[in-house]
Amino acid sequence: MAFIPHTPADVEAMLAAIGVASIEQLFDEIPASLRVKSLDGVPVGLNEMQVGRLMSERARADGRPLCFIGAGAYEHHIPAAVWALTTRGEFYSAYTPYQAEASQGTLQLIYEYQSMMSSLTGMEVSNASLYDGASAVAEASLMAVRANRKSKSLRILVPRTLNPQYRRVAVATAGNQGLRFEDVPYAPDAGVTPLDALKKYASEDVTALVIQQPNFFGQLEDVDALTDWAHAKGAFVIAVVNPTSLALLKPPGEWGSSGKGADIVVGDGQPLGVPLSSGGPYFGFMTTRMEYVRQMPGRIVGRTVDLNGREGFTLTLQAREQHIRRAKATSNICTNQGLLVTAATIYMSLMGPVGLERTAAASHASAKDLVGALTAVKGVRRAFAGPFFHEAVVLFDRPVAPILAALASRGILGGLDLSEHYPELGYALLVCATETKTKSDIDSYVTALTEAVQAVRAA
Amino acid sequence: MMRTQDKANEKLIFDYSHPGRGATDQWPQQPPAAATADLPQHLRRTKAPLLPEVGELEAVRHFTRLSQLNFSIDTHFYPLGSCTMKYNPKACNQYAMLPEFLGRHPLAPESHGQGFLACMYELQEMLKEVTGMQGVALSPMAGAHGEFAGVAMIRAYHRSRGDLARNEIIVPEAAHGTNPATATMCGCVVREIPVNEEGDIELDALRAAVGPNTAGIMLTNPSTLGVFERRIEEVARIVHAAGGLLYYDGANLNAILGKVRPGDMGFDVIHMNLHKTFSTPHGGGGPGAGAVGVSARLRPFLPIPIVGLEDGNRSAAEGIPRSACDATRDNRYRWLAEKDLPQSIGRLSGFMGNAGVLLRAYIYMRMLGREGMSQVGEYATLNANYLLARLKQVGFDAAYPSRRASHEFIITLKRQARELDVTTMDFAKRLLDHGIHAPTTYFPLLVPECLLIEPTETEGKDVLDAFVAAMSQIQQEAEQEPERVTSAPHTMPVRRLDDVRAAKQLDLRWKPTA
Repeated sequence: MAFIPHTPADVEAMLAAIGVASIEQLFDEIPASLRVKSLDGVPVGLNEMQVGRLMSERARADGRPLCFIGAGAYEHHIPAAVWALTTRGEFYSAYTPYQAEASQGTLQLIYEYQSMMSSLTGMEVSNASLYDGASAVAEASLMAVRANRKSKSLRILVPRTLNPQYRRVAVATAGNQGLRFEDVPYAPDAGVTPLDALKKYASEDVTALVIQQPNFFGQLEDVDALTDWAHAKGAFVIAVVNPTSLALLKPPGEWGSSGKGADIVVGDGQPLGVPLSSGGPYFGFMTTRMEYVRQMPGRIVGRTVDLNGREGFTLTLQAREQHIRRAKATSNICTNQGLLVTAATIYMSLMGPVGLERTAAASHASAKDLVGALTAVKGVRRAFAGPFFHEAVVLFDRPVAPILAALASRGILGGLDLSEHYPELGYALLVCATETKTKSDIDSYVTALTEAVQAVRAA
Repeated sequence: MMRTQDKANEKLIFDYSHPGRGATDQWPQQPPAAATADLPQHLRRTKAPLLPEVGELEAVRHFTRLSQLNFSIDTHFYPLGSCTMKYNPKACNQYAMLPEFLGRHPLAPESHGQGFLACMYELQEMLKEVTGMQGVALSPMAGAHGEFAGVAMIRAYHRSRGDLARNEIIVPEAAHGTNPATATMCGCVVREIPVNEEGDIELDALRAAVGPNTAGIMLTNPSTLGVFERRIEEVARIVHAAGGLLYYDGANLNAILGKVRPGDMGFDVIHMNLHKTFSTPHGGGGPGAGAVGVSARLRPFLPIPIVGLEDGNRSAAEGIPRSACDATRDNRYRWLAEKDLPQSIGRLSGFMGNAGVLLRAYIYMRMLGREGMSQVGEYATLNANYLLARLKQVGFDAAYPSRRASHEFIITLKRQARELDVTTMDFAKRLLDHGIHAPTTYFPLLVPECLLIEPTETEGKDVLDAFVAAMSQIQQEAEQEPERVTSAPHTMPVRRLDDVRAAKQLDLRWKPTA
């Protein structure tokens, strides 16, 4: 076990070359009092057959329910080629491409990724990834503080329509450096951020306004008006976007009436070919304008030439990073989510502009079908008017938790109960459908829901 | 064993693009135009994004060819110091990618996650055991993220005691760059202290540095110099006596796995790089997983969520239940979040961190078991000391000749640089021509012209011997034909790249011509 290839003869020869009698002797600089006595809390080893059986049992226990939950992680069809290629050992088991000559594959792929993400978001430059969408919001807030030289307040305005977990992560990550995240309320009828809600900041110094599109409720914000408001007072716009939706929706680089666009764009790249897998690994993306590239955290790949003038790729602008700048780096990030970027780049190549737009449109259509079917059930209605992308909030006339439990026992995950994060909405459920949901899936949901509501009533 | 590689550059994916082409079998049906008519015009995209339009086979060939331009563990010896490039067992990938695990939504109810949660719970328990810590959280997504969690917990601990002045983090001058960068992200200031010529911390400098402002000290042990800090117990006494806490950077945990536990050395908080010690893939730069472990006094501050086990009979539910299946049937594993841990430093990821990476680490630990754990530390150390002995034998200079190597060691090429004008970078690039990934170069900064070499336990003696032969041959070349070395590599897809041009004439994305 332990994947160690040494034969007893090898060990003997190696010990002789070192000049010690045993492997134990190699640890003689470690005080004896500190040596491990036993590791009884770790079970004895399993061979591959045994571990395969164990994992299959564990997987079976989780089942494969029909899932209508979104809320930041979305089930899309992933072409077979994406992970067949991504798990090739040459991608899977390579390190960060510091030795450029021996890493041209990874480097060129990241350059292609940067090109695709820049265009998708309508921005000029992209980094090579951050941990996830939530941590990307935290990094974008810190970057805004560095890059927005007009503002001294460290105040970041966060609409309540931002994914509440993103807000929590931003506070936990950037709060230690003095950033203040202030809530901006939403319009109760529309589920979007109204300009009115920003009035109290009219004469205040604001470092950045965060705008999520589509927002956490799935609703579409008036991004142009919000962007204009922020730019008029010298605040940055941090756009938080779903990459699938960008095939249909205006890219952040064009937000605002001047077309100047958002200053920093972030989001979670999971919808681009990354499986749900209990929440990770996903990847955070970040794009910005060229003028702010030196304030951007994370790795960046550039195209250059070699000694012979042949084109090649290399990590660049490394003076921003921790291994060079240490305590003065733009971030402490080192390891990022490279392999997921590999998957996303292959996914975007297979989808192309047409396939991605179809995926977005089919998801939108599917979500409308779902909301239509659910609100036809007695006691269920939409929470907000106005357009939504591929998820929406529906309201019930009774608590959601028992209904969800009854649905789950029928093999259907009905959505996210919003009572923890948005108690003021009452009995609210966030539901999602993507292109993976068929008419018959939606029928199954409605049938199960009808039964579940009856069961809950009867109880 | 010169390695030849197809030197033809692979075109950009965009160069294969043809309007109207596409992997159409992968796309959903085109919904009717009316399906999107409700989206307001002023919120719509008007110009399609510049994504390539290629068929599936073209994409498969392109990305397969790109992959072939990489060195990787599966194809090459990769003795990159401090990075623990050991073999990533295929079973860990295959069983972490079972369809139920891949398809599980992060917000799925606990009733549909008992299998997954059981794995996470047991992973927490096993990591506690091998590190000697009292609590573990799995959500940090990389080593630096774990460092952030660790230092944030140290700060939260001092604050909870009203000890508000403690904002200094002490690091030895040879520390990883992430250590000082992390301290800054946590709102702390950094104080560097020197190490002596045998690689141990200068205790007098440490005594002078600690005081009422000391939040803690961040240490790697074995250190980045590849040697064990022999007076670690004294270091712990000094820092604790001054009211500070000890942070263990787990980057080098592979060296001591199953032999010494950070908790027993006196550390209060530790991050583990699961992508190093527990063999999850590096993926060309990530994902990692930076689980954190803490002593009892820091447990209330762990980042959320963590996995708990409801058990009527045992209050704290320590240890792995005899039959995990019984526990999964009763839905007894559950997430612990804000309500359970009100003093937590909070959430560091949108959901629960890099779950798929954690599953791979779990499978690896179950396969190795307790006996495999100590073999890791033993054979990693054997390989490093053997390689060091052989390199010394053929004339290379160890940076710390009087010390045992840990799982890695440093040789210095300053003599070659001075006498032959052949630098460490030249050796590193020439190694690529021998089909060997270069060791870590010029880190730690303390040692001039250094190579930090970490063979890991999964390499056999013949691979190590081939490395020694390659180094000897390069040395010979450096003496007889130095330009062969200084102009290396010669067999890679590209020669040395113009980094200055890359940074000055920024070309960071493809743009269509005309």
